[in-house]
Amino acid sequence: MADETNDFHLSCPVPITQYPHVVMAHGGGGRLMNQLIDRMFVAAFGNPALEERHDGARLDPEGRQLAFSTDSYVVRPLFFPGSDIGAMAVNGTVNDLAMCGARPRWLSAGFIIEEGLPMETLWRVVQSMREAAAAAGVQIVTGDTKVVDKGKGDGLYINTAGVGVIETGFLIRPASVRPGDAVLLSGDVGRHGMAIMSVREGLDFESPITSDCAPLAAMVLDLLGAGIEVRCLRDLTRGGLAAALNEIATVARVQIDIEEAAVPVTDPVRGACEILGLDPFYVANEGRLVAFVPAEQARQALTVMQRHDPGRNACRIGVVKTEFPERVTLRSRIGASRILDLLSGEQLPRIC
Amino acid sequence: MKFVDEFRDAGRARECAAAIHRLVTRPWTLMEICGGQTHAIVKFGIDRLLPESIRLVHGPGCPVCVTPLETIDQALNIAARPEVIFCSFGDMLRVPGSREDLLSVKARGGDVRMVYSPLDAVKLARMHPEREVVFFAVGFETTAPANAMAVVQAKRAGLPNFSVLVSHVLVPPAMEAILGAPTNQVQGFLAAGHVCAVMGCREYEPIAARHHVPIVVTGFEPVDILQGIHDCLQQLEAGAATVQNAYARTVRAEGNPAARKMVGEVFEVIDRKWRGIGLIPQSGWGLAPEYAAFDAAERFGVADQTAEEPAECISGLVLQGVKTPLECPAFGGRCSPEHPLGATMVSSEGACAAYHRYRRMPVGSG
Repeated sequence: MADETNDFHLSCPVPITQYPHVVMAHGGGGRLMNQLIDRMFVAAFGNPALEERHDGARLDPEGRQLAFSTDSYVVRPLFFPGSDIGAMAVNGTVNDLAMCGARPRWLSAGFIIEEGLPMETLWRVVQSMREAAAAAGVQIVTGDTKVVDKGKGDGLYINTAGVGVIETGFLIRPASVRPGDAVLLSGDVGRHGMAIMSVREGLDFESPITSDCAPLAAMVLDLLGAGIEVRCLRDLTRGGLAAALNEIATVARVQIDIEEAAVPVTDPVRGACEILGLDPFYVANEGRLVAFVPAEQARQALTVMQRHDPGRNACRIGVVKTEFPERVTLRSRIGASRILDLLSGEQLPRIC
Repeated sequence: MKFVDEFRDAGRARECAAAIHRLVTRPWTLMEICGGQTHAIVKFGIDRLLPESIRLVHGPGCPVCVTPLETIDQALNIAARPEVIFCSFGDMLRVPGSREDLLSVKARGGDVRMVYSPLDAVKLARMHPEREVVFFAVGFETTAPANAMAVVQAKRAGLPNFSVLVSHVLVPPAMEAILGAPTNQVQGFLAAGHVCAVMGCREYEPIAARHHVPIVVTGFEPVDILQGIHDCLQQLEAGAATVQNAYARTVRAEGNPAARKMVGEVFEVIDRKWRGIGLIPQSGWGLAPEYAAFDAAERFGVADQTAEEPAECISGLVLQGVKTPLECPAFGGRCSPEHPLGATMVSSEGACAAYHRYRRMPVGSG
C-alpha cells in the first residue's frame, strides 16, 4: 500500500495520498468522502459559506437571506418502489434548502442523458419532477441538457440546484447546537436504501420495502412558524442517521447521545438488514430529518412534526451532551453504551 | 421481529448476566470463536455486563481476517485481467493485499463485482460465455456448502469459463493450534453456532476431552451469547469439560447432512496458511481432484505467488487471543479502517475494526 504512516499534507499535484484513484467509497457518505471534501474541495474553494459544512450555503445579498444548494442523482434503477429519480432530484434539493430553514423557491435541472434512453422513460421522469415540484411549491426555472454516448451513462443522471428564502431569524446550523438540546427524528430509518438494494440486487422480501422519498420543507416551515427555536436540521441521506449525527457532532464539537431502542426501524427493513449484515442506522433515507431543538420545546415540536405525513412517526431519540465532544454515543438495547461511528465508505454485505 | 427481538431483550439479558454474577467465584478466560460474536459483544456491550474477573478474548473466526495475504494478491492479480469478471462477497473488497485492494483494481477498470451468493457468479458465467468468471470462495465451514454447490452447478452445466479461488478454513484445527500454543490463556470456548449448524457438534468432542476445555455452541444475539458464556462458566466452575449446545434452535448434533455431503464431494482437507498465524496442518479445504479444473489459481498461473506480512501488524496475536486490539501500538493511529495494516482492522468482523468502531473512548456500562 501507499505510505500509511505519513499524515496528510496539502501538496501538489494530488492531495489524496492513500488512494491514487477515486474508489466508490469516496462517494459513500463515510469518512473517505469527508476526507475528499475536506482535503480536495474545501481546501481548494474554502470560504465562510462552504466552511459551515451545512446541507446548503447561506448567502445574504443586500440584507436578504438566501439558501443555495445542489445535488446530483445517479440512482439505478430509475424507478424503484415508492419513488423515482425525478421525484428524488426535486425532493433532495428541496430538503437541502429546508435544512437551512429556507422556503424553497426556485430549482435548476441539469439532465445528462445516455443515448438510447426511451423518450417515454424520460417523459415519466419529467412528469414525476413536475408533480414533486408542484407539491413542494417550487418552480424549475432553468436547466441544461446533455446527451452522452451509449454506454457512457446509466440511462439518466440529473443534477438539481435550488435557491430558497430564509424567513427565520434563527441561525439553523450545526454550530448552533447546545448541550441539553433534544434530538428529534422524523420517522423510521433505512427504507430508501433497502428499497433500492432490494430491486437492484433482485432480493425478494415477503413485504416490499418502499422508499421514504418525500419533501420536508412544509414540516420545517411549520416548526419555525410554531415558534420552535430550531438549532440545527439535517436530512438523512447517504450514510444514514449515523453519518448525519456524526457530522453535526464534529462541527458543533458536542457529544450526541442516542437511545438505540428509540429509533424506529420497520420490520421489513430490519429483516433485510439482518439478512445482509447491514446496520439500518447507516442506510440511506430520502425523506427523513433530525432536528435539534431546546429540550423544553421538544414535545411541542414533535406534535408539529407529527401533523405532516413524513413526520407521522416523529420521536425523540437522544440528547446533546458535552462529556465526549465530537462523538456520537448510543445506549444499546441491553443498556451498555458504545460509539456510533462514521464508516469509511459504504457498508459492505458480510460473508456470513 | 421474531427470532431477533426475544434474543435482544434487555430484561432477559440482565437476568442472564445476573445469573453469571451469582455463578462466578474465580477469574476465567473464554474465547468466542466467531467474528460475528466478537462484533455483537462489542456492539451491544455484552462484556461490560460480566464480572470483572471474566475475560473474553477474541478468536480467529473472521474469514476475511485469516485469508492469507498471498491469496488476496492472487485475487488482485486475477481481477486485473481484462477477460475476467471477478466476483466476491462485499467485505473482501476492501481487504488490503500487499499493495492495493479489490476496490482499487475496480477503480482502474477491473471488472470486480459484489455478489450475495456464489450462485450469482455461476449465473454470470452462463450469461457471459466470452468472459472468465471467477468467484472468490473464502470462509469457514459456513460458506462452504454454497460455494461447493456453485462448483457442482458449473460442472453440471458444463461451464468452462467458471472457476473459484478457494481459501476455505476449518474451525477445529484452529482451536487445536490455539490450545497447543505455549502462550495459550483460553480456558473455555464459545463455538460458532452457524459453523455447527453445518458441521454439527461431534467434531469438538475430542478437543474438549484432550485439552479438558468446555466448548459451548453459541448463537449471535446478546441473549444467546450471554447464555453461552453462562453455560461455559458453569462447566468451568464445576470442573466439567464437555461439548454443550446452547443454540439448539438452530444446531443439531449431526449438523446439516445434505450440506456436509455436498462439501465432502467438492472439497478435500488440506494444509492451509492463516493470515497472521501461519501454516496449520489439515486446517482447510481445497478442491478435490475431480473438481481441480475449476481452480482459478491454477487456471491463471498464480498458485505459486507468495507475499510477506507488514511486520508492524500484530493481527496474528489478536486472532489467537494473546493480545487485544487496544494493546497494539499502531491501533487507531497508523492503523485505522481507512488505512488498515492488517485484515483484522478492515473486516467488519475483525476484532480491531470492532474496537475501532465501538470503543475508541471510555464509556460506562450504565
